[in-house]
Amino acid sequence: MKTEVLTQEADKRTMTINMGPQHPSTHGVLRLEVTVDGEVVKKAKPDIGYLHRCFEKYAESLGDYAKVVPYTDRIDYVSAINQEMGYVIAVEKLLELEIPERVEYMRVILAELQRIASHLLGIGTFGLDLGAFTPFLYCFIEREKILRILEKASGARLLYNYICIGGLMRDIPDDFKTETREFISSFRPKIDELNELLTTNSIFIDRTANIGVLPEEVALNYGASGPMLRGSGVSWDIRKNDTYSIYDRFEFDIPVGSGEVGTTGDCWDRYIVRVREMIESLKIIEQALDQMPDEGDVQEAVPRRVRPKEGEVYVRTETPRGELGYYIVSDNSSGPYRVKARTPSFVNLSILPAISKGALVSDLVAIVGSIDIVLGGVDR
Amino acid sequence: MSDIFEYLNTTFEEGLSYNEAETGQSWVLVSAPTIKEVCKFLRDDEELRFNYLMCLSGVHYPKENELEAVYHLHSTIHGHTLVLKVRVPEEEPHVPSVESIWKTANWHEREAYDLVGIHFEGHPDLRRILTPQDWEGHPLRKDYEQQESYRGVTTGI
Repeated sequence: MKTEVLTQEADKRTMTINMGPQHPSTHGVLRLEVTVDGEVVKKAKPDIGYLHRCFEKYAESLGDYAKVVPYTDRIDYVSAINQEMGYVIAVEKLLELEIPERVEYMRVILAELQRIASHLLGIGTFGLDLGAFTPFLYCFIEREKILRILEKASGARLLYNYICIGGLMRDIPDDFKTETREFISSFRPKIDELNELLTTNSIFIDRTANIGVLPEEVALNYGASGPMLRGSGVSWDIRKNDTYSIYDRFEFDIPVGSGEVGTTGDCWDRYIVRVREMIESLKIIEQALDQMPDEGDVQEAVPRRVRPKEGEVYVRTETPRGELGYYIVSDNSSGPYRVKARTPSFVNLSILPAISKGALVSDLVAIVGSIDIVLGGVDR
Repeated sequence: MSDIFEYLNTTFEEGLSYNEAETGQSWVLVSAPTIKEVCKFLRDDEELRFNYLMCLSGVHYPKENELEAVYHLHSTIHGHTLVLKVRVPEEEPHVPSVESIWKTANWHEREAYDLVGIHFEGHPDLRRILTPQDWEGHPLRKDYEQQESYRGVTTGI
């Protein structure tokens, strides 16, 4: 870790050090101003904004609702489909647009595939932060398979620009269904392997159980969402509780943390929620593949001209990191008057000072990893 | 949402008005001096229990010379949502902070301060969050003009 002594307080016990702006555990540009007493963290203050790309300013100056979609990809670049989907649903709500069945099913399949890919990255790098290298490779091999499927459909590996207002950019390839089914059957046994390597590994449990405990009330007060909130034992998933798209047609469970190996809301709980969510996503994909109609034009409902009436919406969707909300104000022109992206990473990171007090510096690495932030999502 | 407004109106006689939207979502306009009181009531009242602040955004309306803070609230207990708005003049954009009610407002208010320029009174640490501390102006104002250089480096305009 690159450390630099900033101040030495009078009692000569505490010291302020920088963790970051570049640090292997922060997965992006994040500076933590950490006050330590020896190895114990007294205070950790996040300093963000290094990656700020003015998403909102761009969106408001482009003057075209459709042109904003590629920029939403870049908000959280490891779950781009989910970012697109939220924005597109918000605009469609302003337009009061009906979406063809086939498109809805495809979007759900893509979003859930992306959720698994994103969780694999989150889990793999979380292990890596704690010194476990092998699970990281295992996760990336599986993630690669999903990226190949998405690449074949959209033509891009990370920033897809695949979902558009009213439909999809193009139809899925012919072998999409078979390849996805193949992936599902090959992936299920891999989760067991992963559990053997990480979940039940006693070193991993020692490093994550009882660490960074986030109690339920604190989580709600700070607006936590996604695995961060569910890890604290709150059964809250927007896909179920405030359903959107066609998620009400599928049967799946909401995994929550229960303090199986430590305290409810610790790093291990947040981790296990992600692992179990992947299994739920597989269930959703299977059901969607079975129910999806074979025929239909994916561009059928795409409007020639996007010009919503005056009004505003706040639409939230469940992304791998939690609640992604788009607040869009329309002034009856061809582009949004105001777009605010409420990203889960931004809100979840703001909890860090509250849960890192009293942790060891090496635990702080575990806590940051367990939040699973993507700095693109924090800074936008 | 209009039911919640009726219920609110019985408690707060002044400072509230309801706006029914034709497209999209309706909202309740709250006067700046009462926003904190209203929010505290919304959070604590047994019937309402808005325990989750989803989003807080700042918007600039140059025609009216006004800045707006928008609050999107949700109750995980009752499952209802509410949109609150506060409008303040551009010259004196003072809005009481709701940080003491929902901790998540801390960063959201800092962002609205940074990008739109609303001053949240009583915020414990109202600093810029996305731009550098010595940045000039508030980028999401509609009449924002980017500074030509920052610390001797041209900003590309």
